[in-house]
Amino acid sequence: MIFEGKQKIWSDYQKEIPSDGWFYVRSCIRQNFFPASEKYFLAVCRDLLGHDIYETRHHTTCGGIAYHSDTIPQETAMTIVARQFALMKEAGYKNLVTSCITSFGNYTEILETWREFPELEARIRENLWKATRREFDKPEHLAHASDLVYKFRGEIAERAKFRLVDKTAGRPLRIVEHIGCHYSKMFPHKGIGGAEYPCVLSGMVEAWGGEVVDYPERRHCCGFGFRQYLVKANRGYSVSNTHKKFESMEPYHPDAIITNCPGCPYFLDRWQYVIAEQTGKTYGSGGFGIPVLTYEELAGLVLGYDPWDLGLQLHQVAVEPLLDKIGIEYDPSAKYLGLDRKDIMRPGLPEVLKCC
Amino acid sequence: MDYFEELCRDYRFKEGYHTCINCGTCTAVCPAAEFYRYDPRQIVSIVQTRDNARIEALLKSETIWYCGECMSCVTRCPRRNGPGLVIMALRDLSIRLGFFTESEKGRQLYPLTKALNGNVLNYGYCVHPATFTYKDHPESGPVFEWALNHKEDVYARLGANYGADGEGALRRIPQEDLDELKAIYDVTGGTERLELVEKYSRAKAAEMGMTMEEYTEYTFTHCSEGHFNDGR
Repeated sequence: MIFEGKQKIWSDYQKEIPSDGWFYVRSCIRQNFFPASEKYFLAVCRDLLGHDIYETRHHTTCGGIAYHSDTIPQETAMTIVARQFALMKEAGYKNLVTSCITSFGNYTEILETWREFPELEARIRENLWKATRREFDKPEHLAHASDLVYKFRGEIAERAKFRLVDKTAGRPLRIVEHIGCHYSKMFPHKGIGGAEYPCVLSGMVEAWGGEVVDYPERRHCCGFGFRQYLVKANRGYSVSNTHKKFESMEPYHPDAIITNCPGCPYFLDRWQYVIAEQTGKTYGSGGFGIPVLTYEELAGLVLGYDPWDLGLQLHQVAVEPLLDKIGIEYDPSAKYLGLDRKDIMRPGLPEVLKCC
Repeated sequence: MDYFEELCRDYRFKEGYHTCINCGTCTAVCPAAEFYRYDPRQIVSIVQTRDNARIEALLKSETIWYCGECMSCVTRCPRRNGPGLVIMALRDLSIRLGFFTESEKGRQLYPLTKALNGNVLNYGYCVHPATFTYKDHPESGPVFEWALNHKEDVYARLGANYGADGEGALRRIPQEDLDELKAIYDVTGGTERLELVEKYSRAKAAEMGMTMEEYTEYTFTHCSEGHFNDGR
């Protein structure tokens, strides 16, 4: 194919991401399990790089998990999202950035459905007015928070204190990237690189000096499956899917995994613990697992933030082997301390999975 | 009731059902199909027959509850169908007709509905540390058992604003905003849905000779044999 043809095709997989003017909505799961990631998204993109990102305390869940667990009707989910759009309008913003892939998929699905069925959008406007006396504008641009970090990856690289390089071996770190199903499987043209060539995470990894691992089950689901994890009786589904991914990536000896969706790092981290305790198998070297990071955590590490400020102590898989490879210094005795070095005890240790 | 006509009213069905050529691509890529005795191709095929008896059997079956709604099928269907969207429409109809209590996996809707919507309406989050317990989530590991036992300290250390006023992670969402969520539920059929699930689940619990507490625990934890691809 001629070069221009390739360029044309690739342009279909790009999306316009303004640098400023973003109304920020948080993720239910990221707040629970990786709260520091959201803190450092704002610390890096807003405070360090100076981009305009606004948050109001009045925003809520988008209802996406309740919706995909089939517990609320579609119109309820749509009207909750319409309320977020109304808050955005009232704050004077036109672009919405969400911290969650389920939310990103939910917002995208809603906007696309309204585009195709305007009568449904009109009904949701009525619903919102009846319930809250609010009116909304649809966002001009919709992004996932990782889209912004991808856009600013060069600015982050310019300020980086560390590169994703094994300091001792002198080779790029081998990083597995996991995009999360609802980023671009439903609406490929809404994600950077689409469903076939998503580069939102691989772009970060390469910009920061790492090497992306390709492996057979790269695009397989982490196994969340909403009701398949949330109901205790179904969790075999969830761990089986994670197991399939780890068996597939194992021969490539990844140094770390970077994730897009807030749920995926939780599952890829915790199911490694469960697989280790149930079967004795670990996927890192020396009895450790493979560290699983959010993209905010990885950005924070290359920028030189303290690993315990970034919240890496909340991972069950120890991150220390990765920190050692990069050459990041850390205080092991501070890992589980509270504010002002308050002693709040330490977690117990797993029997099989090696932890620090 | 003509079930096919009823499905056609659902916007997810309008989006996700066109003409299926039964190629089986959806089943080949489906994470649920590897694990459960589940075949999305077969489900769309049954719907396509428009045979009321066969669709009713589907609405009462285990199989429509096996999907994880990852939507991997949507990307790959050569006819731009979305079997995952068809499943969402089937589940919605099964719930509205009370058929969900006829299957073990369908009955799980009760604890799910209580937990998720309790979080949404009481806290403004789908998931919240106040209701996420280590007992129900032992897979969260000793690190999260520790975190939950020291929530205020751990979240403060990590820069969250747990349970407090203002912005930030895990902030207390003002009551006026929770009131708006409740009003949205009232206006859009969300409240009616919760009541419907409660009504049918209570009837099923009585039929099974269980208190609601026992029914909740049983539906949340019990897994019979016969669901899995490996013959279990």
